[in-house]
Amino acid sequence: MLTYIIRRILYAIPIVIGVNLLTAVLFFYVNTPDDMARKILGEKNVTTAQVENWKRDHGYNLPVFFNGPEEGTAKLTETIFFKKSLPLLWFDFGRSDRNNIDIGGEIKTRMWPSLAISLPMFTFGLVLDLFLAMMLAYYRGTYLDLWGVVLAVVMMSVSTLFYIIGGQFLLGKVLKLFPISGFDTGMDSVKFLVLPVVIGVLSSLGVGVRFYRTVFLEEINKDYVRTARAKGLSEGAVLFKHALKNAMIPVLTNVVVSIPFLFYGSLIMERFFAIPGLGNFTIDAIQAQDFAIVRSMVYLGSILYIVGLILTDISYTLVDPRVRFE
Amino acid sequence: MPVILATDLIIFFLVGAILYFVIASRKEGTLKSVRRELGKNRLAFACMVFLAFYVSVALLDSVRYRDAVIGDDGASAISEDGGVIYSPEALSLLDRMLSGMRTRTEKTYSAPFATHSYAKESMEGPDGGIVRDYPPLKYPGKHWLGTDRVGNDVLFTALKGIRTGVVIGAGTTIVIIPFAIFFGVVAGFYGGFIDDAVQYVYTTLSSIPGVLLIVAFMLLFGSSGYQGGLVSEGHIIWRAFVLNDRLFWLCVILGITSWTDLCRLIRGETLKLRELEYVQASRAFGIGRLSIIYRHIVPNVMHLVLITFVLQFSGLVLAEAILSYIGIGVGPEMGSWGNMINTARLELSREPVVWWNLLAAFAAMFALVLPANIFGDAVRDALDPRLRYR
Amino acid sequence: MTPVLEIKDLKTYFKTPRGVAKAVDGVSFAIPKGGTFALVGESGCGKSITALSVIQLVPEPAGYIASGEILLNGRDIVDLTEREKRGIRGNNISMIFQEPMTSLNPVLTIGEQIMEAITLHQGKTRKDARRAAIEMLGRVKLPDPASLLSAYPHSLSGGMRQRVMIAIALSCRPDLLIADEPTTALDVTIQAQIIDLIDELKREMSTAVLLITHNMALVYTHAETVGVMYAGKIAELSPTKTLFRNPMHPYTVKLLRSIPGQEKRGLKLDTIPGAVPPATSYPVGCRFSGRCPREMEGCANIEPPLVERAPGHFVACHLHDPEFMSKPYSKPLRHEPDELPSLAVPHEKRETLLEVKGLKTYYPIRKGLLKRVKGHLKAVDGIDLTVRKGSTLALVGESGCGKTTAGKSIIQLIRPTEGKIIFNGRELTTLSEKGLRPFKSRMQIIFQDPYSSLNPRLTVKETIEEGIRALNPGLAKKAREEKIAETLLRVGLSAETMQRYPHEFSGGQRQRIGIARALAVDPEFIVCDEAVSALDVSVQAQILNLLKSIQRDFGLSFLFITHDLGVVEYIADEVAVMYGGRIVEKGPTEEIFSNPKDAYTKRLLDAVPKIDASLLASWKLP
Repeated sequence: MLTYIIRRILYAIPIVIGVNLLTAVLFFYVNTPDDMARKILGEKNVTTAQVENWKRDHGYNLPVFFNGPEEGTAKLTETIFFKKSLPLLWFDFGRSDRNNIDIGGEIKTRMWPSLAISLPMFTFGLVLDLFLAMMLAYYRGTYLDLWGVVLAVVMMSVSTLFYIIGGQFLLGKVLKLFPISGFDTGMDSVKFLVLPVVIGVLSSLGVGVRFYRTVFLEEINKDYVRTARAKGLSEGAVLFKHALKNAMIPVLTNVVVSIPFLFYGSLIMERFFAIPGLGNFTIDAIQAQDFAIVRSMVYLGSILYIVGLILTDISYTLVDPRVRFE
Repeated sequence: MPVILATDLIIFFLVGAILYFVIASRKEGTLKSVRRELGKNRLAFACMVFLAFYVSVALLDSVRYRDAVIGDDGASAISEDGGVIYSPEALSLLDRMLSGMRTRTEKTYSAPFATHSYAKESMEGPDGGIVRDYPPLKYPGKHWLGTDRVGNDVLFTALKGIRTGVVIGAGTTIVIIPFAIFFGVVAGFYGGFIDDAVQYVYTTLSSIPGVLLIVAFMLLFGSSGYQGGLVSEGHIIWRAFVLNDRLFWLCVILGITSWTDLCRLIRGETLKLRELEYVQASRAFGIGRLSIIYRHIVPNVMHLVLITFVLQFSGLVLAEAILSYIGIGVGPEMGSWGNMINTARLELSREPVVWWNLLAAFAAMFALVLPANIFGDAVRDALDPRLRYR
Repeated sequence: MTPVLEIKDLKTYFKTPRGVAKAVDGVSFAIPKGGTFALVGESGCGKSITALSVIQLVPEPAGYIASGEILLNGRDIVDLTEREKRGIRGNNISMIFQEPMTSLNPVLTIGEQIMEAITLHQGKTRKDARRAAIEMLGRVKLPDPASLLSAYPHSLSGGMRQRVMIAIALSCRPDLLIADEPTTALDVTIQAQIIDLIDELKREMSTAVLLITHNMALVYTHAETVGVMYAGKIAELSPTKTLFRNPMHPYTVKLLRSIPGQEKRGLKLDTIPGAVPPATSYPVGCRFSGRCPREMEGCANIEPPLVERAPGHFVACHLHDPEFMSKPYSKPLRHEPDELPSLAVPHEKRETLLEVKGLKTYYPIRKGLLKRVKGHLKAVDGIDLTVRKGSTLALVGESGCGKTTAGKSIIQLIRPTEGKIIFNGRELTTLSEKGLRPFKSRMQIIFQDPYSSLNPRLTVKETIEEGIRALNPGLAKKAREEKIAETLLRVGLSAETMQRYPHEFSGGQRQRIGIARALAVDPEFIVCDEAVSALDVSVQAQILNLLKSIQRDFGLSFLFITHDLGVVEYIADEVAVMYGGRIVEKGPTEEIFSNPKDAYTKRLLDAVPKIDASLLASWKLP
């Protein structure tokens, strides 16, 4: 089992390097430092000298991957890739292009508001999804199940934006139950968080319930469930003891991978509700065309995803004896 | 003079593919049974009719040409070098059919079926004095869904959004199909180093969260492509064939983030197929690998392509709205539901509330996504019920 | 004495899009305490649904018990509440299933799964239940029962899992044990152990057993009473000995005579034309009408009741009804001759076609952090074989012994690791893919699964054409089509089938198409990889007859890979017994079967249930 986990982690290394290379190519080759400088200095009436100055100030006045004129290892180290992209591997994010802020520090402070909104959203959402899905599976074939599925399909056909805009309008503006948007620290934050969490849970409910219901039904039709029934177990025991534990395997694939991502928050939710988290940070950077921040965030997102994949594999070993005793 | 955008080709391809399936399903085995299954499912059939309407509108909105400029003498104007002068505006068949709706603009907001404008204005009263009242509309009662801030008919704008929705939903998958099939089949069939390489590429690509990859791409390509001028409809189009179409690039980029799923599915299926007995029988005849891939593997993974196509459709339509909201979707001049929502998102805080714009956009989107979801499920169930998991 | 189980006119129906499927349509029988009743019949005749009806587990909501009574110790259980039914399941009635690999919950321990039933029905504490579970695992003869409690199913073999299933089923000492094809998915030697175990425990606990099977020999050796099911009804019901001595229903006779075996060598096997009618549209009269060799004018319209024609021997057939026979509609429509026609392929010493010397096929095993090759799976580990022209060599052995790999290695579908394969004097293993080409048309293969052996997207014509095009590219289109039509005709399909797709055919027909595909390139040698194993016995007989007749007509040689010893006895001239990648014994069929020398061969032969060969003469159509 230990070998298995170690192998999974080793396997992630080339992927991390691949992501690093890919972001470097995207951000330094496709969009050259010259382009960046022009965008930041303003599109028109920029002189070459201004561009060169900006590049020197921000450390972009180097070749991307290979510095021919330098000596020895400096051929490789005196490059944008080595100075700007490679440090990402040890989470050195550098400074932003526009305001020269410390990106790493910014991430550290901003991930908590992100977590404050995404963690309850994730937990409540998952519990509610699983609960409703099991209920539908228990009452499969009845009208409750039928209309539950219909409702789920309708709910998943509605745009997330509708949930947000409609929810803010109805719960915030008309009924005045919660503040429409904003954020605060400590216990005061709760009143700001309720609305986005409710809306977030609601908007993903349709997809979740329908998916987990299918997972449960798939298990219910397996041979071992028939064996359990032939023993005389009640439908509840069959569902909760036998099917649930097996269904956890596909559920885990879906769930664990997104746990590290909770630090990242959600782009749209944070934007709409003015939560000062990482998602909002990213959108600000997009609109300001600050490529250093966008590049860092793309890289960070990928790392969180890869960590999620490793966690998924490890969690398999906990629920599936076939993997545990490999 | 006809004008063809890259995205028009997607629509033409889509319509062609649909016609092919309809004709092919009359004889061939698998498709025939799908057709039978779908025929039995009345709900799915109703959804199919609905989707057919949407695709037809998209098709009408994709056939466009420029009129010749009519000179004062009633004949086509001729330029100095003897060529016919064409109007800079390329109007689609839909624009022409609904030219009434298109041209009947008001000054500003008006509610559905309203006869008077939304806001009071100072105007000359019957007694000659200045009064503040709701001015009558130019076309009272003609705007079924009201008008927006600049007085355009909302129903017309919503209809124009159909093409964008269909292009995003269908085009994204269409653009990636050849790559996904190629890499998936090659990886699954040849195995070994090739398999490792393909798997590495798609794991790396799919490690970058979709939204962020799209953001990065649109920021880098989208904007630079955009500066070239000459972009999309509504704007002036001088050339007959335009590849520089922001919507098309959006499809490509969305495709890059979604091809890995299909590729992985096809790889898995190929791994299974290559061990199947009919493939072994072919090998016993000494049939070459390429022929085996062509005759036995590719036709038998096509159902996965079809399923992925219908299942991804609705998600992509919804994604367009979100991307347009973040500001990295289709260009602002393009008719799309995302843009409608984006421009109208603050209207709910007006007094009195302007709700018709948002509602029209959401309703139009819902009316495409819901049938697409139901139809997609039906197609998957008919083709391969095991895939319910994914 | 009240029987443990008595079923009266049971009808279990299913709602389907094509109408109501009458899977079980008026079945009655009884099982006394400690007795074994076998329900036998081909697939789709309703025997499994009967079993599920008894334990009240008909798949809902499509299936339902339409009418009839199921009396357990005299009490009707059909109309009990769900709660009361649960009290019976696993306690009074328990069941074991065909697939031991999937019937146990993969994420719960063996102990958990046994103790569950014990605590539920016997109200024991966990500690007592644990003791009872250990005892039960010991009784099904599993080694080290105490440590097995904490094991998970995936670490056990198929046979061991089936023992666990039996332990679970018998843990509450039920009155009735339903065994639905309990041995079908297991290897021959394991089959015998499992069925003997069931027999032994049945005697100890005096449990009644309802045995569901398609295997006539198993019925002969293990059941006291037997019901032959056909199309949702019981066609014949009788004490086992009587039935095998004097089968009265034409269906039973046909079924028995289609079983391959040594005594039928050189004879054509009996077959049943047509297929079982779908459960949604049975014939009005006798359900066997249309396929019956003794059909009379009235049969299709008048349904024969199940009547006792001899003591304890019930038959549903008009032929045994004097009143029916006296009526004008008893005029026979068909009257097939009773003797089995001969199909002799006299075996003499023929010249060698193929010689296999020291064949080894290994697969690398990768392990550890870097997945380095840490050893080899020796699938085939040095075998020698000789196949003579126009004769059949059978390669027998249990699953995983390497027989399929050996077959594929011989025709170079898998390139072997070592060894020589000499075909008509030419060594094949040293040839390149290109050099092998001329041999591809001379060596062909037929597969087991009639469903995965045909590409669903190609028509029959395209499927057969593929080989001809590749191996005989000079042939003109016209000649090619003639060749395909001729081949189809040879395997018993009409030329019109050419334009159709595989899904339009039954399993037997698909197998014929597979044979046509191989035959179309005029091979000299065909590997039949379990070619008849997935088929029902009457269809299997058709295919075996076909293989024999094409062998006679074209002078073909077969390598027959199978685990079914009855088929071997019937068709093979020589046998090679494989075990663990090696050949443990080989020789002429009669010699091996009458005088096996190797211990494994003996075990294998002993494990196969056999019907007394002398009975064959008494299986005559009425």
